[in-house]
Amino acid sequence: MGDDALVLSHRLAEWLGHAPELEEELALANISLDLLGQARAFYALAGDEDALAYRREEREFRNVQLVERPNGDFAHTIARQLFFSVWQELLFGGLAGGTGPVAGVAAKAVKETAYHRDHAEQWTVRLGDGTEESHVRMQQAVDALWRYTGELFQPLDGRAEQDGPEVSMEELRREWRERIETVLGRATLAVPDGPDADAWSAGAGRQGVHTEPFGRMLAEMQYLHRSHPGAVW
Amino acid sequence: MAPTLPATTGTGPQAVREQPETEARPDTEAQRAFDRAVAAEERIEPRDWMPDAYRATLVRQIAQHAHSEIIGMQPEANWITRAPSLRRKAILIAKVQDEAGHGLYLYSAAETLGVSREELLEKLHSGRQKYSSIFNYPTLTWADVGAIGWLVDGAAITNQVPLCRCSYGPYARAMVRICKEESFHQRQGYELLLALSRGTPAQHAMAQDAVNRWWWPSLMMFGPPDAESEHSAQSMAWNIKRHSNDELRQRFVDICVPQAEALGLTLPDPDLRWNEERGHYDHGPIDWEEFRQVLRGRGPCNAQRLEQRRRAHREGAWVRRAAAAHAARQAAHREQEQERERGRGRGREEAA
Repeated sequence: MGDDALVLSHRLAEWLGHAPELEEELALANISLDLLGQARAFYALAGDEDALAYRREEREFRNVQLVERPNGDFAHTIARQLFFSVWQELLFGGLAGGTGPVAGVAAKAVKETAYHRDHAEQWTVRLGDGTEESHVRMQQAVDALWRYTGELFQPLDGRAEQDGPEVSMEELRREWRERIETVLGRATLAVPDGPDADAWSAGAGRQGVHTEPFGRMLAEMQYLHRSHPGAVW
Repeated sequence: MAPTLPATTGTGPQAVREQPETEARPDTEAQRAFDRAVAAEERIEPRDWMPDAYRATLVRQIAQHAHSEIIGMQPEANWITRAPSLRRKAILIAKVQDEAGHGLYLYSAAETLGVSREELLEKLHSGRQKYSSIFNYPTLTWADVGAIGWLVDGAAITNQVPLCRCSYGPYARAMVRICKEESFHQRQGYELLLALSRGTPAQHAMAQDAVNRWWWPSLMMFGPPDAESEHSAQSMAWNIKRHSNDELRQRFVDICVPQAEALGLTLPDPDLRWNEERGHYDHGPIDWEEFRQVLRGRGPCNAQRLEQRRRAHREGAWVRRAAAAHAARQAAHREQEQERERGRGRGREEAA
């Protein structure tokens, strides 16, 4: 979950200086910063944050492939955010009921996640139910990213659930699907009928098998840290 | 300041159009009231009468200030994806986010003078309005992020703190908020450089190199020497500007020299030395030709900065159009709803 947050935070930060309007520079930076905070909180439970972020290679990262997908146009960024935020809000809502340290992080993060989800929902509806062009772009984005959503419902690493209540992935999938269908409906968009959970890549990211752009993202993210072994920043 | 003319209902273009009529007679009661308010250090507010030239100067200055905030996001955002630790990365994202926020405050302040953000952006994109020359320099290493925080934000604060008392209320209030956040950024930049300076030899060299490259451009941020500053005298008379360019530059140099010593870094000026008689540091000559070149658009990154801004705007156009179309549709729906409500209301009345 730390890797999911770190990688999506990084992708959103790539928007800074390129967003469609000033308000979105702020919103995307804000979401990126929240996710980075979540990543750091999860990493703190597992060890040294910088060692985890900067000194692992592609095959050691456990994030879902959805979050590493390149930003694409604004519609792709929003579709990715919608799929992820709805999932994260539901999952954290469940985990927050526990008593251990993961529950603590989830409880804090779930409030931020509600804001991220609201932002993504509003834009999904604006773009889907905006102009003809924005409708087409939003539908294309939803279609293109749909196959990466199945992975969200693969069983999580046992450690996440050790101290939390049981989060049923089947139930999560059903609730997620309901909420996504509602938003896409309001946005006058079609729910894709292509593969999701059954896509052959579902679950690959959690096993350290990523998509090609991810390696380049890490190369950029880690280069400076790796160029100065042992340095303190 | 109390309005001396009937307050216009808005601050939009209409409010601006009403001005010239009064402007033609500069010794009107309105002009005298304005002069008295400025002399008494009172605040001018959006609905108050003000001379056209005062309004135009403020629009120019606030717009340029806002543009600087958003163009200024670029050299720093250039390093977000390569920040060497998660802590530094979080600080940098927060800083760039603050800059977008400052841009928003400042465009809002400019809008109280009867211009729209769209117009101002158009002027930025077409090169008719400027932004601070400093952002036309490239960020080549991570240490540049620290040098920008320490020197560039430091120079900005020196320039901007007096603006918190500027005569135009909305601008002064925006500056109060902005200066607080800028001071925070400046300390973070200093602390970043300190970590590098005390780090490995390679990190120390990186910090020194960045300071060498950013020192002179930072001194240029205070603008041309007093003798050549075309807007200064009038701006000072209007209490928009409180100190001359050279005064502020001197203040900045005096602050920076001991800070550089504390950092364990040197400033790239062989003529920099304490002048007992003046009680200030003397510094070497500034390359004003370089300054003029950068202002004319021939600095190292002018073309790149403007092109990125134009591209973001161009490529975001479909998103803004979608938002506008959606908002219009929602408004139409609401109106229909209200119409139906009224229809039902009338129906009930008739039935009764």
